[in-house]
Amino acid sequence: MRADAPKRAADYAPLAFPALMLTVFFVVPFGIMVMVSFFQRQPGGFYTPDFVFSSYERFLSAFFGGVLGFSLGLAALVAVICVAVGFPFAYELARTRRRVQVAWLVALLAVLSLSEVIIGFAWSTLLSRTAGISNLLVWLGLMEKPTALTPNFGAVLTGMVYQAFPYTVLVLYPAMARLDPTLMEASRTLGAHPLRAFLTVVVPALRNTILATFIMVFVFALGSYLLPQLLGRPQHWTLSVLITDQAVYQSNLPFAAAMAVFLVLVTLSLVGLALLVGRKESAA
Amino acid sequence: MTEMTKSGITRRSVLAGAAAGAALLAMPSILRAADRSLKVGVYGGYFQESFDEHIFPDFTSATGIEVESISEPTGEAWLVQLSQAARAGQAPADVSMMSQVAILKGQAIDLWAPLDPAKIPNLGNLLPQFVNRYPDGRIAGVGAVAWYITLVTNTDVYPEAPDSWAALWDPANRDRLGLLALVSNSFLLEVTAKTFFGGPAKLDTEEGILEVMDKLAEVKPNVRLWYRDEAQFEQALKSGEIPMGQYYHDVTGLAAADGNPVRSTFPKEGGILDSGSWAVSAASKKTAEAHEFINYMSQPQIQAKLSRNVGTAPTVARSLTDLTDQEFAAVSSEIEPIIPRYDLYQTKSDWLNQKWTELIVAG
Repeated sequence: MRADAPKRAADYAPLAFPALMLTVFFVVPFGIMVMVSFFQRQPGGFYTPDFVFSSYERFLSAFFGGVLGFSLGLAALVAVICVAVGFPFAYELARTRRRVQVAWLVALLAVLSLSEVIIGFAWSTLLSRTAGISNLLVWLGLMEKPTALTPNFGAVLTGMVYQAFPYTVLVLYPAMARLDPTLMEASRTLGAHPLRAFLTVVVPALRNTILATFIMVFVFALGSYLLPQLLGRPQHWTLSVLITDQAVYQSNLPFAAAMAVFLVLVTLSLVGLALLVGRKESAA
Repeated sequence: MTEMTKSGITRRSVLAGAAAGAALLAMPSILRAADRSLKVGVYGGYFQESFDEHIFPDFTSATGIEVESISEPTGEAWLVQLSQAARAGQAPADVSMMSQVAILKGQAIDLWAPLDPAKIPNLGNLLPQFVNRYPDGRIAGVGAVAWYITLVTNTDVYPEAPDSWAALWDPANRDRLGLLALVSNSFLLEVTAKTFFGGPAKLDTEEGILEVMDKLAEVKPNVRLWYRDEAQFEQALKSGEIPMGQYYHDVTGLAAADGNPVRSTFPKEGGILDSGSWAVSAASKKTAEAHEFINYMSQPQIQAKLSRNVGTAPTVARSLTDLTDQEFAAVSSEIEPIIPRYDLYQTKSDWLNQKWTELIVAG
């Protein structure tokens, strides 16, 4: 590893390729999307190049505001649960024997190899009345008769947490593995209960990691559009579902683009806000 | 040994190639077919396979026109591609199977080459609703295939078949229905108008549509699943998880034939009859061949063949076909169908979509 900062133009060369890729595959498509969002929609047709705000005007309504609010709230809830469960899990994982760690990490990576469609169908089967886990509970005598646990909000949340959990652990794990074990030992020597030591020493020490993980899971969950459809009722459809409807089924690309641009801007500003708060706190 | 095998293969393939070349030169029909060819766009997958296997080869031997089938996406993505290509004077397909709303949208930009009825003698066989016309009367498209969406039930849960769409509103069916999620593919406005308001005329005004939507809102407590993906509902219907809903008649029939406890019922108000039409891109230079193709496809015996091999309903009167009662029942019904108000999905598409989304998403 090199410690000194890059001096000549050639030192920046390794950055050129990712920068190019980011421009070609992100900046340019996003620019086109912003452009399309101002185009004039032709009802019953497609769109003509123009500069109008009608798509944004349509979006600024109580109805879409409600959908946006629900999407943000759902993504935040998924992120909170994932971090709350994933953080102590990753902490313990980093401290177990090597073989156990490997087994867990392989299992988590295996979950990542499943597509969203498979996860959705698997959970809808698991939560169904005819073939789901409620039958197991009936067999155990814990329930009267099998009931359907989907579609509802709990099912959507379960599916999305299941999907995001491996990412959470894989982001937290390296920081946990690097955490200096003497910190805990010191606090224990000073007489702290293990839980108290965990909450007052480990959690604050990794505050920025927690924040970064939260943001990553939040952004990841915000893009989910299949699980809310497969496991939820229409009230649980996220803005991403409605964007898909407009783009794919209504061929209303200006409106779909306007919604997507709005979603990206709201996400970026929330992420920026979180980073700002995180920086102030660590400075203080 | 390796050397020998290698050279053997080479010699054989050279001989085979020479034989094929000689045969090609000796067969004038193939040379003529190469002169006359047609690119036909059909929905990819099962549809395209069925057409490639059962329909196109016979057409080629009957007319000498070689067909190249192009796999096109369902929905309106293909319309976008066709219209952009036409602007550049290109035709990715000469003839395409298009949904009714796509035909209307294409008409709005004069995308379809007008068809000459004199060159399609078999046009007279078609039921009137299967001829698409420009507002000035020119023919824009000709019915290719039709299919029904009906009321389907799980036979274990419902020993008796329901006989009316009104069953969807029955409070006894709370949380038991699976319905299509989009205004433009479920056609539930038409169903509601026919069942409770005397017919599709109720949808002529926006006030009428809103009244129909209010009535439709009453089914919401009964709906367990608003589906976009067919597989999602089919699975739940078979298992009895969601024992009633709207679904495709032909697919339900196939599932029942496989031993699943499902049935498709034509309610007394009629099944929903949706269809695809053949339309010719204005950029196509194969107008003569396209007319021959559409004329060929409009024959009663070809429509019957489609019913038997692809599972679509005939676009010609049943009396013209030789379908048996059983074959006909597998794809269609004599009950007068509910025909979707495609015009609404063109002229009021955004308004309808907005109201519909608010209707099903809210509360």
